[in-house]
Amino acid sequence: MQDLDQSTMPNSPLIEVVNVHKSFKKGDRQELLVLEDINFRMYEGEIVAILGKSGSGKSTLLRIIAGLVQPSAGTVFYRGQPVFGPVRGISMVFQTFALLPWLTVLQNVELGLEALGVERNERRERALKAIDTIGLDGFETAFPKELSGGMRQRVGFARALVVNPDILLMDEPFSALDVLTADNLKSDLLNLWQTKKTGLHGILFVTHNIEEAALLADRIIVFNSNPGSIRGELKVTLPHPRNDMDTRFRNQIDRVYTLMTTQPLAEGATEGHQVIDLGYRLPEANVAEITGLLETLNAPENNGKMDLPDVADTLMLDIDELFPLTELLEILHFAKVSKGDITITEAGKEFVEATILDRKKIFSQHLKKYVPLARYIYDQLTRHPRHRALEENFISLLEDYLTEKEASRILSTVIEWGRYAELFAYDYNAGVLSLENPN
Amino acid sequence: MNFLRTTFMNGNKVKAYPNYWDMIALLLVLGVITLLAWVATQMAVPYELGQAIPISLDPHRLPGYALRTVLRMLIALCFSLLFTFTFGTWAAKSRRAERIIIPFIDILQSVPILGFLSITVVGFISLFPGSLLGPECAAIFVIFTSQAWNMVLGFYQTIRSIPSELNEAAKMFHLSAWQRFWRIDVPFSMPGLLWNMMMSMSAGWFFVVASEAISVSNQQILLPGIGSYITLAIATTNMHAIGYAILTMFIVILVYDQLLFRPLVAWAEKFKTEQVVEETNEAHSWVINLLHRTQFLRYLGTQLTYIFDLFVNITFLRSKPVHSHPLRASSYVRYISWLWNSLLICLVGGVVVFLYNIIFRSIPIATVEHVFLLGLATALRVFVLVIVCSLIWVPVGVWIGQRSSVAHIVQPIAQFLAAFPANILYPLVFILIVTYHLNVNIWVTPLMILGAQWYIVFNVVAGASVIPKDLLQVADNLGLGFWLRWRRLILPSIFPYYITGAITAVGGAWNASILAEVVSWGGHKLVAYGLGAYITEQTAKGDFLHISLGIAMMCLLVLIFNRLVWRPLYELSRERFTLD
Repeated sequence: MQDLDQSTMPNSPLIEVVNVHKSFKKGDRQELLVLEDINFRMYEGEIVAILGKSGSGKSTLLRIIAGLVQPSAGTVFYRGQPVFGPVRGISMVFQTFALLPWLTVLQNVELGLEALGVERNERRERALKAIDTIGLDGFETAFPKELSGGMRQRVGFARALVVNPDILLMDEPFSALDVLTADNLKSDLLNLWQTKKTGLHGILFVTHNIEEAALLADRIIVFNSNPGSIRGELKVTLPHPRNDMDTRFRNQIDRVYTLMTTQPLAEGATEGHQVIDLGYRLPEANVAEITGLLETLNAPENNGKMDLPDVADTLMLDIDELFPLTELLEILHFAKVSKGDITITEAGKEFVEATILDRKKIFSQHLKKYVPLARYIYDQLTRHPRHRALEENFISLLEDYLTEKEASRILSTVIEWGRYAELFAYDYNAGVLSLENPN
Repeated sequence: MNFLRTTFMNGNKVKAYPNYWDMIALLLVLGVITLLAWVATQMAVPYELGQAIPISLDPHRLPGYALRTVLRMLIALCFSLLFTFTFGTWAAKSRRAERIIIPFIDILQSVPILGFLSITVVGFISLFPGSLLGPECAAIFVIFTSQAWNMVLGFYQTIRSIPSELNEAAKMFHLSAWQRFWRIDVPFSMPGLLWNMMMSMSAGWFFVVASEAISVSNQQILLPGIGSYITLAIATTNMHAIGYAILTMFIVILVYDQLLFRPLVAWAEKFKTEQVVEETNEAHSWVINLLHRTQFLRYLGTQLTYIFDLFVNITFLRSKPVHSHPLRASSYVRYISWLWNSLLICLVGGVVVFLYNIIFRSIPIATVEHVFLLGLATALRVFVLVIVCSLIWVPVGVWIGQRSSVAHIVQPIAQFLAAFPANILYPLVFILIVTYHLNVNIWVTPLMILGAQWYIVFNVVAGASVIPKDLLQVADNLGLGFWLRWRRLILPSIFPYYITGAITAVGGAWNASILAEVVSWGGHKLVAYGLGAYITEQTAKGDFLHISLGIAMMCLLVLIFNRLVWRPLYELSRERFTLD
């Protein structure tokens, strides 16, 4: 390849992301910022993980690097060349596999070669070889619907690798698989990578699973949400294969949690709980879940304080499920998160030890006090002569800050909390919020 | 038949010499092709307006006539498909085109189909002077209009619903737009497209019968075909001929179903995207099985696949690497959109001026009022019909739907009956009305829904057969009484299906009103008070101004009812009563 001389030069990155911003148009004038000022480089021979909560824009970044989405500002360079569209040499594996159900395994794998105009016999030969390599032997004539999830994703890998890519991008490639299948596939992928059976020079993947990132990657880039930006970066120097029971590995995971939960102390921010405004993106958490988490915290053996990785392990939650819960607990002043630990507060203790009816009262007080949106809805309903209001009013209010989809998601979350707290009632068919329950 | 799929030959190469299944299949295929070709040569014979084309009531001529009719259907279907692929794709891929095409088609859907015939036939005749091709084209165009719209809308919607990851994968692996269309868009929409084609065909049979007898400036052109045969039979009050025609139509639709749609539907099973293998409800077709068993035709199939591959992968339609910034072209884009917008404004302005000058100036307001009242009369008929039909068919449909053995038998029959052109049966009703001295305004009404009611039946059956077993058991367990059970469980769960069926039935009834409100037998004619009758009479007179008025009124009324009644109901059914 012509690029070879370049790639052997020291410090010449495979991929370089320079000042990338991405915002989506929303309404006539407003724009919603999804990615803010992203800069990073990926070098020869690296596996890099982009780790972040869902909705942090990490998948959008991956698509910008792939050339599927255009950045609003900034540039992505692939081996020094700016990326304007899908580039030959970069291949991708998708979260939901993206296989064509009407094509056999072989035909699916051949698809990319067909598009490149590879001649029929060579196409078949290369496809069969890729199927061999990825361990799909014997399934050439099967249709995707006959295969299990793990096997389907193997087809996805074979299809991505058959075009001899330079770089492999993966969008949450294991998140649709069960744990055992995912582990199996991960170790096979690592094996392929280490034995250099493919022509790959780098792998970049997006995940919300901390262990997965720590297990595969040489470098983890941790993402912030709202708008997506790089919070920090960690090098993982443990040799492969890594053992998730190993204490050094557990330490790495602890470091990631600490990085993800330590608030960057902004100018003069008061030590303590975070204060949110009306348009804050409330986490998607329900009351039963936070109660369960508080109960676990309050259990005698934990004594009100736990290590976040332990919480994730005990309750079998991944960070996409865990962080919304801890965020809501913080907002409501029921618990406090810092440096990878979570501690229950006095109010949290009181809440969890109360009877069912008293819990509702405490929850209602905290909701009114600390969640401005809930307070606003309650005030509006109290002021209205018939104590009613259309949900559209609140959605359009939220749309000043958020996308339409996000606005209605947040409203329905608050409605759920408000219903639990008996702060207000909601009629789904009419889309009307009211103070009283309907008779 | 393996167009879109290569069979992977794992060592056992397909043998190229024929077995005896080949003989049967080959004969069938060759037979069909030769027949169609022979009929096609008959279409382009010289013809002058006013010249009478001899139609014979001899039953031996019927197979020939039936073939002509079938060929018209096939040609129209091909055009509909071409139209669908072009405009459906265009609307799905371009926002600018979408904003025009989709509302346009939405409105075209509510234009009474026979209205297209009255308006376009003169144009077609002058397009091919001195040839029968003119009237043939007009007839084919009418069938096209009865088929194309729902196919385009369905195709557009499925393309829009292709999972974004599939599209991204296509881009990532450098498929060109052409390759993507054949590899993703078409296969993905295949099951829906076929279903829409079958619905279109059902509508098509109704109108093919009506469109073969065309009135132009007080003259009737009878194109050789079943429709003309029936028209002549009615004119000469020949009861036997009517019987023969009904029988022929019956056989034709059966053959069409077995030779064309069954195989296609069975073949399209593999394009269904559900990722689970379902054992029940898989469509089977003896034709497909026959073709699978033949060696030679399978060999032919792989060759066709090879050719199809070459077609999809044509070199000059391959994707090229992107080297420039896609936003560079923005000034050019702005120029195009400016041009586009000004073109639209000019067009709209022109149409307004034209309509004002032609229609509003020359038609007195009293006529408009009169036509509006006629429209309301027809609307009332449609409304009453749907209610009566629902009262009869919903309980029957639910009863059938809950017994799967019965449903399996009834479902194809109902679909078949929906395809059967009910207008063939109109003379029978005429005789009943005359014999028993019935009120025309009332007893003509059932004719309108004769064909369309089956949509209600098979949708309700489908809905009732998927009511979850556990819900029915809960109802039993709680000891719900008959009425409570219907109100709380059965009616809500069949509601979305019922609405779909009712919307189709209403559309059919409006369209049928043009034929149903004027029934004739020999020299006698029964005319009901309604918009359909008005359009028919104006068409016979050749009064284009009043034809346009009648059609515009019907189009308007259908649109209003759709927006005010049916669309909200449809939304409601999707919001609240979808079982998930």
